[in-house]
Amino acid sequence: MEPFGYIAAADEKMAIDEAPRGTFIAGGTNMVDYMRLGVIKPTTLIDVSRLPLTNIEAAGDGVKIGALVRNSDLAYHPLIQQKYPVLAEALLSGASPQIRNMATTGGNILQRTRCPYFRDMHYAQCNKRQPGSGCAAIGGFNRSHAVLGGSPACIATNPSDMNVAMAALDATVHVHGPSGERDIAFVDFHTLPGDHPEVETVLQPGELITYVTLPAVTGKQHYLKVRDRASFAFALASAAVVLDVQGGTIHGARVALGGVGTKPWRAKEAEAALVGQAPSPAVFAKAADAALAGAKGQPTNAFKIELAKRTLVRALTEVSK
Amino acid sequence: MSEVGKPHDRVDGRLKVTGTATYAAETPVANVAHAVIVSSAASHGTIKAVDTRAALAQPGVLAVLAVGAAPKLPDANKKNSPQDKILQLLQDDALHYPDQPVAVVVADTLERAQHAAMLVASQVTEEPVALEVPGGEAYKPEHAGPRGEPDTTRGDLAAGLAAAKFKVAATYRTPVHNHHPMELHATIAAWQGDKFLTVYDATQGIFNVRDRLATIFGLDKKNVRVIDKFVGGGFGSKGSPWSHVPLAAMAAKQVGRPVKLVVTRQQMCSLTGHRPVTVQELQLGCDEKGALTAIEHKVTSETCRFDEFVEPSAIQTRMIYSCPNVVTSHRLVKLDIATPTFTRAPGEATGTYALESAMDELAYAANIDPLAFRIKNYSTTDEQEKKPFSSKELMACYTKASEAFGWSKRKMAPRSQRDGNWLVGWGMATATYPARQMPASARVTIKADGTAVVQVGTQDLGTGTYTVMTQVAADELGIAFDRITFELGDTALPEAPLSAGSMTAATVGSAVKIACQKAKQELAMRGGKGEVTVEHHNEVSKDHDKFAMHSHGAVFVEVKVDEDLGLVRVSRVVGAYAGGQILNAKTARSQLLGGVVWSIGMALVEETVRDPKTGRVITRDLADYHVPVHADVPDIQIIMVDEKDPHVNEVGAKGLGEIGNTGASAAIASAVFHATGKRIRDLPIRLDKLLPDVHA
Repeated sequence: MEPFGYIAAADEKMAIDEAPRGTFIAGGTNMVDYMRLGVIKPTTLIDVSRLPLTNIEAAGDGVKIGALVRNSDLAYHPLIQQKYPVLAEALLSGASPQIRNMATTGGNILQRTRCPYFRDMHYAQCNKRQPGSGCAAIGGFNRSHAVLGGSPACIATNPSDMNVAMAALDATVHVHGPSGERDIAFVDFHTLPGDHPEVETVLQPGELITYVTLPAVTGKQHYLKVRDRASFAFALASAAVVLDVQGGTIHGARVALGGVGTKPWRAKEAEAALVGQAPSPAVFAKAADAALAGAKGQPTNAFKIELAKRTLVRALTEVSK
Repeated sequence: MSEVGKPHDRVDGRLKVTGTATYAAETPVANVAHAVIVSSAASHGTIKAVDTRAALAQPGVLAVLAVGAAPKLPDANKKNSPQDKILQLLQDDALHYPDQPVAVVVADTLERAQHAAMLVASQVTEEPVALEVPGGEAYKPEHAGPRGEPDTTRGDLAAGLAAAKFKVAATYRTPVHNHHPMELHATIAAWQGDKFLTVYDATQGIFNVRDRLATIFGLDKKNVRVIDKFVGGGFGSKGSPWSHVPLAAMAAKQVGRPVKLVVTRQQMCSLTGHRPVTVQELQLGCDEKGALTAIEHKVTSETCRFDEFVEPSAIQTRMIYSCPNVVTSHRLVKLDIATPTFTRAPGEATGTYALESAMDELAYAANIDPLAFRIKNYSTTDEQEKKPFSSKELMACYTKASEAFGWSKRKMAPRSQRDGNWLVGWGMATATYPARQMPASARVTIKADGTAVVQVGTQDLGTGTYTVMTQVAADELGIAFDRITFELGDTALPEAPLSAGSMTAATVGSAVKIACQKAKQELAMRGGKGEVTVEHHNEVSKDHDKFAMHSHGAVFVEVKVDEDLGLVRVSRVVGAYAGGQILNAKTARSQLLGGVVWSIGMALVEETVRDPKTGRVITRDLADYHVPVHADVPDIQIIMVDEKDPHVNEVGAKGLGEIGNTGASAAIASAVFHATGKRIRDLPIRLDKLLPDVHA
C-alpha cells in the first residue's frame, strides 16, 4: 500500500473544500481492498463517514436515502421492505452481512469493477488503471465480464447489485460539489467505457454524493441473481423487474440487468416489448431478446447472453404469477 | 469407561475460539523485521535485471535480496526426500512461472516492506508459455507418487473388452485446485549466531523443514529448531517447505535480525503448490449380468518443467473392484507452471471422480442400479497386490448409507423427479483411501502428583491431534483425560513424520499407546512411586506387508438442478465410512464432513483459472476462487460403521482425514446426470456447462 494522508471531514463543506487534496472514503469495503492491492493510490483519504447522511425518510410519494446509509440498514428498513422490495432483495443478494454492515449507499453506487486484470497490478495492460495501455481481459479469461456496453478499450462489468435495482427504480442521485448541488438521473450517472474507461461516472471533481431519492412505483417487484454459488458471489446475470399488470395487460414495466453490463443496465427496449401486452412466455422471451439485442460475447462469456435472457424471463415470470 | 472414541471437545478449542492459540506468524519474537516477496510480473524467460534502488531508498528498508545479488546457497536444491521441491531462492536468472520470487524486501514494519516491494522493478526477456495438457508431449514418470508403479497390467484388457456385453469409454477432466488453508503460509526465522537457527513455520512437517533448512544452510540438524504449535489447515500445501521458508532464513541472516515472512493469499496460488490438471481416459466393460470384464484407466496430469509431481489418480482403480483385466497408466506433460503437489486425497480425489463416474455410466449402459452394480463387483481381496484386506466393512457402508438415504425408492430413469423449477437427481459412489503408518517416537512422563505429559514432535493441522492423543494416553495410563497434557509441534520433542496421508492418528496414536504402556510398566517396577519418563520409538506394523489396508465408504447424494438457469444445489448427503477404530467421534465426524464439503467444492465450484496468454492465475483470492459457502452445504449425515482391525496398527485406526474427499464428487456428478440426463465430464459443473447451446 502507498503511504497516504487522512482527514476526517467534520461537515459537508469541509469535505468538499478538502476534495482537491484527496479521495472520499466512507465504508471502505471496496477502497481499502483496492488500496491494499495497489490498484488505487489516493494521496489523502477524506473520511466522510461521520457526516449526518444516515437517514431514510419518506419524501413525497417516494423515499430519500442518505448517502451514508449502510446496505444492511437500507435493506431492512420498513419503507424499503414495503415499497421497494426489489431494492431490498438486490442489497441482500450482495456480499455478506459483515460487508453490508459497513458498505454505504453512496459508496456502493461508486463500487469499482471486479475485473481480475484491473485488480492484478502485475498486468501492465488495463485502460482503466492506465489509459491507453490496452485491455488484458479481451482475449483473456472474461467469464465475469460484460456483454452489453463494452468497447474495444474495456469490457469490465459494473458489479453492484444495488445499482441494478436503483436503475430499474429510476433513482435520482443528489450531489454537492464546489459549484453547488445538482441532481443526476441514476441511469445517466454511470458512463459507458467507450475510449475512456478510466471515466466511470459523470461526477465532477470534488462532488460528493449526499443522498438518493426513489420515486413511487407501481407493480410487483423482484430481483433475481444468478451466480456460481448460492451466496457471496458476484452476479453472472441478474435482473431487477417491476411489472404492473392490470386487467391482464402490462401497463408498466421496468427492467434492469446486472452482471452483464459495463454499467447498471436499464433495458428500455425490453420494457417497450412488454407494455401493452398480456404477460406470457412468448412476450417475456421477446422482451429478453430485445434487452440483449446489442449484446456481444467473448469466447468465455458468450453464454451470459442466453443466461441473461433466461434470468430476465424467470424474473418476469415470478412477478406475473 | 474408555476415553477412546468419546466425542470430546477439542482441548485447544477455547484457545482457538478466543483467538489465543498462537499460530506461527503470531509468535512474539523480539526485534522481528518483516520480509515481503516480490513476485514476478512476467511469466517465463530470463531475468535480466532487478532494480532495487527505489526500494532501498525507502525509510525503514533494511535490505533487498534480489536475483543477481542474493547470498549464494550451493545446496539450495539438494532434496532430502522425494517430496522435497526444487526451490526458487534467487540463485539464478531462470524465470519458470508467473509470481516466482525475484526479490525479498526486508523492512522494520510490514507496511514499509509492502510499499518498498511495489517499487522493485524487474526486466525479463520473455519466452512463450505452454499451458495445456491436451496436445502436450506426454512422458512416463518413474513412479506414480510415493507409492507405486506408474503402469500396471493385470490379465488381458483386449480380451476383457471383447468379452464385454456392455462398454463405456469416456474422458474426464479435473482442473487445477489450490489448497487455500485459512492460515497463510508463514515463517519466522531467528538466528542465534551463524550455527543455530530457530524457525516458527506454518507446516505439516516440522522435521522436514528442519532437515531441509539444515541442508540448505549447511547446519547440523541438531542446531535447527522448528516450532509450530497450531496449524490453520494445510491440505498438502504445507507438506514440504517451499521457497519462502529458506528465503526468510536467508533474509534474517542478511539483516542480522529475526525476520517474519508471510506469503500473501495471491502468492499462495503459485508459490505453495496446487493440484494439477488431470485428463483421465476410462474404458470399462461388463458382462450381461454386470460383472466387470475390463477396466482401463489412463491418467495424464500436468507437471512443471523444472521439477516433477504425479497425481496418482489410477491407484485405487487397481484394487477397488473385482475385475480380472485391469490396465492403469500415469503420464505427465511438462508445462510452464509452478510445481504441483499433494492436495487432500491426492490421486483418489480426482481418480474416484473419474472411475466412479465411469462406473455410473456403465451401470446405465447395462441398465443396472448403480449400487447393485458396485455390490456385484465387490472385491474381497486386493487383486492387484494379491493380498487379503486387513478389514473391509464397505458392504456395511453400502447398506447403512443406502438405507438412511432411501436409495431403494430411486427410479433408474433420468429426469424422473421434479420439485417446481428443480429437477431432482440421486447419485452414489464408493469412497476409499489407503490406511498408512510411519515410524514415530513418543515420550511419556508420569508425575508424582498423578498427572502426565505426553510429547511427540507431530502437528495438529486442525484435525484434533492434541485431543485424540490425550484420549489414547488416558486409556493406557489410567489417568483422567483432564490430567494429561499432550505437547507437539517442536523438533526438540521426539521425532514424528509429517502430518499427511491421513496417517497421524495411526502413526502417532500407536507410538503414544506403546509409550504409555511402557511408562506404566516402568512406574510399576518402581513400586508406583516418584516420576518416570519413558521414550519409545514405534515401528510400522509388520502386517502392512501381509495385508491390503484401506478405509472405505459409501456416499449418497441428492441434487436439485434448475435446468433453465443451470443452477445445481446439493440438497442431501448421506455418507457411511469404515475407518477402523474411531479415536474421537466428534473430530472424526468433522474430518468427514470437511472432506464431503471439499467434494461439493470440487464437483461444483473450485477451479484455479490461468490467463490463457500469460499463465498467471486469475482466481487469486477467495472472492474469485470459489469454495462452497454455508448456503451451498446441506445437511450432511455421517454414519460411522464399526470396524475392528487387529492388523492395521496398535490403535486400530485407519485415518479419516481424506476419504471424505473421495467418491462424493462423482456421486454429485452422477446425481446431476440422474436429474438432467446430462453427463458433465469436466469439473467443476458450472452452470454454463448445463445450459444447452449457449456458446458463441
